[in-house]
Amino acid sequence: MTDKSHDPNQMTGAAMIVRALIDHGVQHVFGYPGGAVLPIYDEIFQQSEVEHILVRHEQGAGHAAEGYARSTGKPGVVLVTSGPGATNMVTPLTDALMDSIPLVCITGQVPTHLIGNDAFQECDTVGITRPATKHNWLVRDVNDLARVLHEAFYVATTGRPGPVLVDVPKDVQFATGTYHPPRKSDVHISYTPRLKGDATQIRKAVALLANAKRPVIYSGGGVINSGPEASQLLRQLVEATGFPITSTLMGLGAYPASGPNWLGMLGMHGTYEANMTMHDCDVMLCVGARFDDRITGRVDAFSPGSKKIHIDIDPSSINKNIRVDVPIIGDAGNVIGDLLQVFKAEARKPDIKAWWQQIAQWRARNSLSYRKNNDIILPQYAIQRLFELTRGKDTYITTEVGQHQMWAAQFFGFEEPHRWMTSGGLGTMGYGLPAAVGVQVAHPDSLVIDIAGDASVQMTIQEMSTAVQFELPIKIFILNNQYMGMVRQWQQLLHGNRLSHSYSEALPDFVKLAEAYGCVGLRATKPSDLDGAIKEMISIKRPVLFDCRVAALENCFPMIPSGKAHNEMLLPEEATDEATAKAFAGGKALV
Amino acid sequence: MNQPASAYFLEERHDPNETHTLSVLVQNEPGVLARVIGLFSGRGYNIESLTVSETESQKHLSRITIVTTGTPMVIQQIKHQLDRMIPVYRVVDMTLTGSSIERELAMVKVRGGGDHRVEALRLADAFRARVIDATTESFVFEITGNSSKISQFIDLMRPLGLVEVSRTGVAAITRGPEGM
Repeated sequence: MTDKSHDPNQMTGAAMIVRALIDHGVQHVFGYPGGAVLPIYDEIFQQSEVEHILVRHEQGAGHAAEGYARSTGKPGVVLVTSGPGATNMVTPLTDALMDSIPLVCITGQVPTHLIGNDAFQECDTVGITRPATKHNWLVRDVNDLARVLHEAFYVATTGRPGPVLVDVPKDVQFATGTYHPPRKSDVHISYTPRLKGDATQIRKAVALLANAKRPVIYSGGGVINSGPEASQLLRQLVEATGFPITSTLMGLGAYPASGPNWLGMLGMHGTYEANMTMHDCDVMLCVGARFDDRITGRVDAFSPGSKKIHIDIDPSSINKNIRVDVPIIGDAGNVIGDLLQVFKAEARKPDIKAWWQQIAQWRARNSLSYRKNNDIILPQYAIQRLFELTRGKDTYITTEVGQHQMWAAQFFGFEEPHRWMTSGGLGTMGYGLPAAVGVQVAHPDSLVIDIAGDASVQMTIQEMSTAVQFELPIKIFILNNQYMGMVRQWQQLLHGNRLSHSYSEALPDFVKLAEAYGCVGLRATKPSDLDGAIKEMISIKRPVLFDCRVAALENCFPMIPSGKAHNEMLLPEEATDEATAKAFAGGKALV
Repeated sequence: MNQPASAYFLEERHDPNETHTLSVLVQNEPGVLARVIGLFSGRGYNIESLTVSETESQKHLSRITIVTTGTPMVIQQIKHQLDRMIPVYRVVDMTLTGSSIERELAMVKVRGGGDHRVEALRLADAFRARVIDATTESFVFEITGNSSKISQFIDLMRPLGLVEVSRTGVAAITRGPEGM
């Protein structure tokens, strides 16, 4: 036997984990210690390359890592203990899976000989998280650990990104084995994501685009995930074709909101012009979006007269909800680049003046308008002021889920990708505050604002303590209407105005709560106070809870009632009781 | 504004269900079967039959044969969803290859005497089923064939004293020299 004591690649499993993080360029880990991860925490203590951000609840670690990943394009890393640590991660893992966010979650597990024994803080972590991750692993042998960790990073960040989980029993963390740096053979040979689009399909797509009379580009989160170049290429494509462009909630920022071809967001709370353009178009180019039910409305009436081109990296997204004519499997940026090249070489900008005139008429409906009010702050107005007063600043926005989220999407104009962090697919209330923590960790000098609701923010409010501890000056801008606004809106529209448990009874005093956490509390109750208070919030270099008291019963419009078509939108000025009752008739069973 | 007719998908919904046999080559690692089954239950797909065994132990490869039903769009989804799982090497729709052979094995226990016993033996012979266990009052038949042949045999045994059946589920392979 050779003496391995001086081999630098001989180390404990716990040391391998920290070493692998360093080898993958990880600078920050979000986590919470516990019995089954103590050896890893011991290693973290003895080094300074990886900074650990201690959260107050594992769910917070997950969402913080999501915000970190979304705003940097790098994977977010989470370290939690076995049992409850792992089960608390189920929500953020599922959230990341739905929104294709790269996360690497390392969980501790009870020692291998106790697995299956109902040991203290044991749970079947890989079983529970199997449908919540892109892939997961239980490592039973320390000599497999390096390979699995490297594969985990590879799987999380390539192809359609997503969360992965590596479950490491405590005895494996203590055991000594051989580490190796990342290498190609670490990855399953069965995993081969396809990046480059098929040339024939791209030609077919260009032919459709070149002859379009009423085209539209519908882009999604895939463009953001593909990296900043993809957004640049998308902008060039819009420029080269002169086509109108709309985007999903997840895709905001890929094309600038101030751009001339921008129609605004589409879907359930999208603009009238975006949805009508989708409905009446003859050629639709969908890039990195997945025809989600919040986008399509009633599928059998979705854009009935159009030829559809669908670019997606995940073959299972093709023809899932909507049958498309030209599917192109590949990375959004890669395919747009090729498409643009072929279009420039072989096609000319089609003449679509008549189409733009039609769109101008739809725009003139001004579907995001709302009645001004001098006495009460309207939530739409609050977002508009927040947008105006942060313009030109280095700003990142996160949100919770509900009315405030839709208003933020409608009224906050995003000029760049990676600036907008929201829970789209899973719709996780409580996402925004910890996500803001993660964004601020990645961008310590930027202005990070969580646009929140009074109900959502309470789901993860404990992370204010994290923000204070790590001196993260996040701004929590609460649109406080004292309701779970979106729940109430649906009860009003679909359940005979019976407001069952949607009133926020016994709300805390957010200003005092801020003080209790050791951060700053601000409040605005009148429109005339708003600008001053927002400016004050921006100027404070500490975490702020901003209690923005808004009109209690304002609802979010325009809206496509669930199960209705894009051309059956309900606009704010039309939302009389009678029209509403008619529009929503029969839709009760739909989500 | 004159809207085009909005019946783009209406006929989709009335698409008849089809039965397809899928061969799935996977890395034989812990939990791989749970992943496949979880996909079917989680997304509401049907499993009519499922057969799994390691087929190449050196390479740690297992072959899963799944018989499933769904509309053509659902079948396509199932294949894509399977294909994107990390440990899945290949998914082949044996039904679409048009030249696959499917076989299933069943063991059928029949209890009875007199004419029933003779009739059971006679039918077994006609179906090329073998007797693999016999007592003075019972037989266990082993029968191999496609699923419908086996079902037919079982139906015939029912009035003759059928006690129980154990079926393996379908295994499938393509004709000709090429592998999957």
